[in-house]
Amino acid sequence: MELVLTPDEQAFRDEVRGFLESAVSDEIRRKTMTGYRLSREEHVAWQKQLYERGWIAPGWPVEYGGTGWTPMQKHLFEEECALAGAPPVIAFGVVMVAPVLMAFGSSWQKEYYLPRILRSDDWWCQGYSEPGSGSDLASLQTRAELNGDHYLVNGQKTWTSLAQHANRMFCLVRTSSEGKRQEGISFLLIDMDQPGVTVRPIRTIDGSTEINDVFLEDVRVPVHDLVGEENRGWTYAKYLLGHERTGIAAVGRSKSQLRRLRQISSVEMSDGRPLLEDERFREKIAGLEIDLLALEALVLRVLSDETAGKGPGPEASFLKIRGTRLQQGITELLFEAVGNYAHPYIPEAMQTGWNEDPVGPEHAAAIAPHYFNWRKASIYGGSNEIQKNIIAKAVLGL
Amino acid sequence: MSFTFTEDQRLLAESADRFVENEYDFSARREAMALDGGFSRETWNTFAELGWLALPLPGDCDGLGGSTVDVAVLLESLGRGLVVEPYQSAIVLGAGCVTTAGSTEQRRRILPAVAAGEHLLALAHVEPRSRYALAHVETAASRDGSGWRLEGAKAVVHNAETADTLVVSARSAGATTDRDGITLFLVDRDAAGVSLRSYPTVDGLQASEVTLDGVTVGDEAVLGEVEDGLSAIEAVVDRACVLLCAEAAGAMDAAVRLTTAYLKERRQFGVPIGSFQSLQHRAVDMLGAQQFARALMYRAAGVIDGADPLERARAASAAKVEAGRAGRLVGQEAVQLHGGMGMTDEMAIGHYFKRLSTIDAQFGNTDHHVRRFAALA
Ligand SMILES: Cc1cc2nc3c(=O)[nH]c(=O)nc-3n(C[C@H](O)[C@H](O)[C@H](O)COP(=O)(O)OP(=O)(O)OC[C@H]3O[C@@H](n4cnc5c(N)ncnc54)[C@H](O)[C@@H]3O)c2cc1C
Ligand SMILES: Cc1cc2nc3c(=O)[nH]c(=O)nc-3n(C[C@H](O)[C@H](O)[C@H](O)COP(=O)(O)OP(=O)(O)OC[C@H]3O[C@@H](n4cnc5c(N)ncnc54)[C@H](O)[C@@H]3O)c2cc1C
Repeated sequence: MELVLTPDEQAFRDEVRGFLESAVSDEIRRKTMTGYRLSREEHVAWQKQLYERGWIAPGWPVEYGGTGWTPMQKHLFEEECALAGAPPVIAFGVVMVAPVLMAFGSSWQKEYYLPRILRSDDWWCQGYSEPGSGSDLASLQTRAELNGDHYLVNGQKTWTSLAQHANRMFCLVRTSSEGKRQEGISFLLIDMDQPGVTVRPIRTIDGSTEINDVFLEDVRVPVHDLVGEENRGWTYAKYLLGHERTGIAAVGRSKSQLRRLRQISSVEMSDGRPLLEDERFREKIAGLEIDLLALEALVLRVLSDETAGKGPGPEASFLKIRGTRLQQGITELLFEAVGNYAHPYIPEAMQTGWNEDPVGPEHAAAIAPHYFNWRKASIYGGSNEIQKNIIAKAVLGL
Repeated sequence: MSFTFTEDQRLLAESADRFVENEYDFSARREAMALDGGFSRETWNTFAELGWLALPLPGDCDGLGGSTVDVAVLLESLGRGLVVEPYQSAIVLGAGCVTTAGSTEQRRRILPAVAAGEHLLALAHVEPRSRYALAHVETAASRDGSGWRLEGAKAVVHNAETADTLVVSARSAGATTDRDGITLFLVDRDAAGVSLRSYPTVDGLQASEVTLDGVTVGDEAVLGEVEDGLSAIEAVVDRACVLLCAEAAGAMDAAVRLTTAYLKERRQFGVPIGSFQSLQHRAVDMLGAQQFARALMYRAAGVIDGADPLERARAASAAKVEAGRAGRLVGQEAVQLHGGMGMTDEMAIGHYFKRLSTIDAQFGNTDHHVRRFAALA
């Protein structure tokens, strides 16, 4: 069931395809498709290419540097990027903190930060979770005290994705312990390049180190880096989480991974024929493809509601749940597809510059680590259990 | 069929559980993994002293003649500790082949040293293109004067690097997937023409790609009948499947316990997260999955000694399917209910998830065994 496109949309898609064909190098395509890690430089270089083409921030209003695309165009763009093996745009700047700044930031913040985000001059990270405050985010303890023209921040953030690359963190801090817990939280923009900030990597079960503990000791934050009003940070944070959830659905990425799954199972042999011809396996792929169609249908709906002026409602939680389950389902079938070659663990093979012969088929190297790593998707961004609590409460009124 | 443990089995379970509890905590496992070869020789000697290596070996070779249920009891306990010592490779698979197919002379020469912990074996059967089809053997054995010449490649051979002797399957007649024509050979790991490419596996074990490049062996290296190796391989692998399920049962048990403890200890929203009913039900489903898989595993272990090949195959496949499904559910849910902590390399829980995942990917995954079970009906 292909999307039915108007001639204009077709022309748009061809234009995007044309651009991606020349912009995404074979090396980058190979790495993103096989699940190898990209360096900070590779990410930034790609984002700068998109910036120069004017396509780095399709979700932004035109006046800030957005594209003015329709929801369908945005959707097509995301899909084409994923299918072409383009690196994902790191969400923390463009997708997460920028909308908050546009909605609640000062004019100085908008003028200073938004262009830097467009140009990828800053790498942002998200400082929400703490050791004692995961699902119960509002219990967070990191304190900020006003001290003349700046805040002094003390506390610990954890699970901070890609903080090792970041020079900026948007951060939830406690500025008051009176009243409801949610009402004492503020939203600060923190410069990570200062002595009180210590980033310590956390190794995950796949052997990678993409998340970190971030320790904050007498960290100075000028008052002009407070977003909106003091003690109103919870509202801004929730605004952002709504945006995160539509992004997490990652329809384009799943389409591309399903295509990869089909390709791999057409070369993996099982009892003398391609695995793809095995009825059981083929039906499992079909099941995921149907999941994807339904997900895409709901995403397009939510996107057009957005243009009609409705922000993403609690239904966005369904996108997060279905989207991440689908992503995980694909990693499971990939794991099954490679059979015995799910076992070897050769992390060097996933790094730039490794040029020994692979163990087993080249496509197998990253598959098991990827399966393990992707369990994170139902945990981060508000766990899938928390998403269900939200729907039960906000939609069903339970 | 008996569904209760004998006194000896109870004592064995107790002593193995005690060993894991007192001497094989998570940091001990990590230390063992970091040693040369990826496990501790000292621990292996302890296994020998405790009689665990001798357990399934025949009585006339310094063995204890234990049943598959006996070994399952031991492996369930070792599974709780995610023990990395090569029991499956050396004892279940390697010594299993020698016991099943070997001549009296071969058994007497090799098995007492295995029981004493002085000789390690590994089974080099699976090939780069065989996937889970046991009859798929491309490695060739050709007559070479009075002996044999072996040529080919073996895939993901667990613990090959530390093995003294490899049990190698090779085709001496017939086409690639014929049931007949496979012969087993005992090959020195150090023999000329044997080369290994060794690597760690995602679950913390060790394996190698093994290349056989004009390896020559004498007639005395043939294990069992020429061209009739598959029946022995099938018998040994079926038993190994059940014993992998035993390990899985232990690993699931530990994962359920760790998760339950975490649900009681971790607080969010001012209460232990275990007070949320949605999580209680998930933990209950994990426990249920573990119990069914364990029950079916012991049932299979109880029937396969002395069963005909058809009954044996159905029992092994059924157990492997149940353990595969249960292992996936328990492993994934254990991580999920730990939240971010479940994703860390530092916590044990993720390692249980990984081991449960790879157990499914060894000697046939759930789909493979469902298909096999259906075909044997
Ligand atoms: C790879 C990764 C990257 C991350 N990146 C970031 C980042 O960049 N920035 C950031 O701020 N955070 C990040 N996080 C943190 C993430 O948002 C938290 O892990 C998540 O909110 C869950 O919190 P927790 O880990 O403390 O688990 P807990 O809150 O302790 O939850 C444990 C389990 O209990 C369940 N649970 C909790 N409360 C309830 C309830 N009321 N009802 C039912 N079930 C419940 C959870 O769903 C989970 O299954 C990341 C996490 C991971 C794994
Ligand atoms: C065909 C049939 C035969 C029956 N036979 C007998 C019989 O022989 N003897 C007898 O005594 N009763 C019998 N029952 C009644 C049965 O025990 C009750 O229907 C059952 O206990 C549920 O109670 P309820 O109908 O009042 O539903 P409620 O208790 O109102 O429950 C409604 C829903 O909420 C769920 N729920 C309720 N409490 C909780 C909780 N704490 N946590 C999570 N979910 C919860 C339930 O699972 C159900 O889905 C029978 C019922 C049926 C349908």
